[in-house]
Amino acid sequence: MEKAIKKYWPVFVLPTLAAFLIGFIWPFIWGIGLSFCKFTTVKNVEFVGLSNYLNVWKDATFLHAFGFTTVFTIVSTVLINVLAFLLAMLLTRHMRGTNVFRTVFFMPNLIGGVVLGYIWQILLNGVLSLLEKPLLSLNATYGFWGIVILMCWQQIGYMMIIYIAGLQNVPPDLIEAARIDGASNSQILFKIKIPMVMPSITICTFLTLTNSFKLYDQNLSLTNGEPAKATQMLALNITDTFYARSGAQWKGIGQAKAVVFFLAVIALALVQLRFTRSKEVQA
Amino acid sequence: MNAKKILSLSMASAMAAALLAGCGSTAAASSTAESTGTAAASSTAESTGTAAAAAGKVYYLNFKPEQDEDWKALAAKYTEQTGVPVEVVTAASGQYETTLMSEMAKSDAPTLFQVNGPVGLANWKDYCYDLTGTPVAGELTSDAYALKDGDATLGIAYVIESYGIITNKTLLEKAGYTVDDIQSFADLKKVAEDITARKDELGFDAFTSAGMDGSSDWRFKTHLANLPIYFEYQEDGISSTDAIKGSYLDNYKNIFDLYINNATCDPKELAGKTGDDSRNEFLAGEAVFFQNGSWEYNNLVGDGKFSDDDVTMIPIYVGAGDEANQGLCTGTENFWCVNKEAPEEDIQATLDFIYWCVSSEEGTKAMADMGFVIPFKAAQESNNVFVKADTELTAAGKTPVSWNFTTMPSEEWKNGVGSALTAYAAGTGDWNGVVTAFVDGWATEAALNAA
Repeated sequence: MEKAIKKYWPVFVLPTLAAFLIGFIWPFIWGIGLSFCKFTTVKNVEFVGLSNYLNVWKDATFLHAFGFTTVFTIVSTVLINVLAFLLAMLLTRHMRGTNVFRTVFFMPNLIGGVVLGYIWQILLNGVLSLLEKPLLSLNATYGFWGIVILMCWQQIGYMMIIYIAGLQNVPPDLIEAARIDGASNSQILFKIKIPMVMPSITICTFLTLTNSFKLYDQNLSLTNGEPAKATQMLALNITDTFYARSGAQWKGIGQAKAVVFFLAVIALALVQLRFTRSKEVQA
Repeated sequence: MNAKKILSLSMASAMAAALLAGCGSTAAASSTAESTGTAAASSTAESTGTAAAAAGKVYYLNFKPEQDEDWKALAAKYTEQTGVPVEVVTAASGQYETTLMSEMAKSDAPTLFQVNGPVGLANWKDYCYDLTGTPVAGELTSDAYALKDGDATLGIAYVIESYGIITNKTLLEKAGYTVDDIQSFADLKKVAEDITARKDELGFDAFTSAGMDGSSDWRFKTHLANLPIYFEYQEDGISSTDAIKGSYLDNYKNIFDLYINNATCDPKELAGKTGDDSRNEFLAGEAVFFQNGSWEYNNLVGDGKFSDDDVTMIPIYVGAGDEANQGLCTGTENFWCVNKEAPEEDIQATLDFIYWCVSSEEGTKAMADMGFVIPFKAAQESNNVFVKADTELTAAGKTPVSWNFTTMPSEEWKNGVGSALTAYAAGTGDWNGVVTAFVDGWATEAALNAA
């Protein structure tokens, strides 16, 4: 078997590798290259050196979007993971209807972001106008919490499934032994269960962190950055730079912003991975 | 063994090829699916033979979704007559710039596209063929309809449109007025406020909702904002600027206040109101006035809707300038440009096609049926009642308000004004916010454009 894999690996790897190179690596390299250029279409580019990067902070909106995105990422990562973990704990207790609940909580994840955004916009605006409060696109605070609620609703189910898998893999003998030694429920949770599901926590925080940081569709459809860009996140800011400003130079600046954005996501993800990995234990 | 290896490698490459071919064919399929009308056109063109291919082809990236079908029919007719394939693709509403940018990067780029005026031209002037001296440029009724960069004619306006306050004459009469009673902002205010005061008795309101949703807010952040810009340009004798003063912003406030305080809904709800909401209110007879343009004709007049006698369009009075002689806001933001990068024969085919559109019997007829007034010598009369209103007003000696919103510095500026207006209407912001977005925003955006 192993011999066969050694021999035939190109059969399995090549098609996907080719698609990956053409569909991902090549555009990615092009993208970085374009951030040093001034262009209207990618066929006709003019090299301008680092000036795009110097102009990245020229419109004040990018810095604000950076701050807003960071706050949003922190809040949503914490909320999603804590709530998903609690749900996972509840749904591994062998209650009646566990499978129904798991399915129900997972379902929102199957709906696309833009659709969800519009549905929640109608829903939240309906509630807000009943309460006689300003609508989502008028108040940045409501807009912020709107996106947080939407993201929680969408992502908790998915993370819950990962946590359930993790919790089910905690060896029952460990817990039994702890109980015999007289450990309380909270001690079992913090000293045994959480350390044992640390790999799941690594995956889930990685997913929520990067998803929140890169958020685009939900932001676009729920508030579209209103009021006055107060709820605009980085990805939306980049497309706006690219398309909503006139003058060829803004395409390159948008591209430079995208590279800065990419570096930020990479840095964040690496720090997070290193941090949570260091907490992982072997049973 | 060796044969097996070769077999496996060839299978792998076949799979890769299939994968890529898959990408290619789905893309092609979706583009034909988008243009079912043209699919037939281009296939007939292909079958008419190689002579047509040698004579070039036309690829028109159309801006107006409402005229998609008409353009495809016209293109098919042209192909039938000349054998030159014409492909019409229409960008989704609000996605023109995005679509154009990606289409232009392809090897089969549009040969005919459009820009929305001087600011739009700044992005694309490197791609525009100089139309000076071409037959189509010679057909223009006035040089004012050519979009110039220096001496070069880079764009040609192909349609003239008007906007103003669309009025339901039947309801207005029910309220005891006629359109002749409205000759100034003071008149408009008096009528609107009287209707509001008696709305329970009358059963309708003065204005449809001034929706600030993205599908409708351009009526206020762009079209209504044209009026203070126009009067300021008139006063200062300029045609564009890097720093707007906002001399007529009080007038802008007055008209916007009038819209939102005499409308079918509470100003707080405007943030979520759409263009469809506003149109449906007008169609249902819930309001007398509806600010929009001549392009709305086919949506408002027809079976089960209004008849030509029910509606007309009056100028948007803001209490500035010479109101007695103010006409509708008439102008264009639709300029045809020919792609300079296209092969020589395609450029020629495109020039022939647009010349045919604006000079031949069929072409001008089709353009008139689309509800367009075209600024070309062979133009035929349109049956659009709003266009007729503009003709009548101009004939009566009124001066049309020109479209200066094409000089607005960027989409970002419009969005800024739009958010500020929305906040003002809802009471979460004040009018100073609008002034800041209008005046300071203009300077900021103009500076950023120059960056």
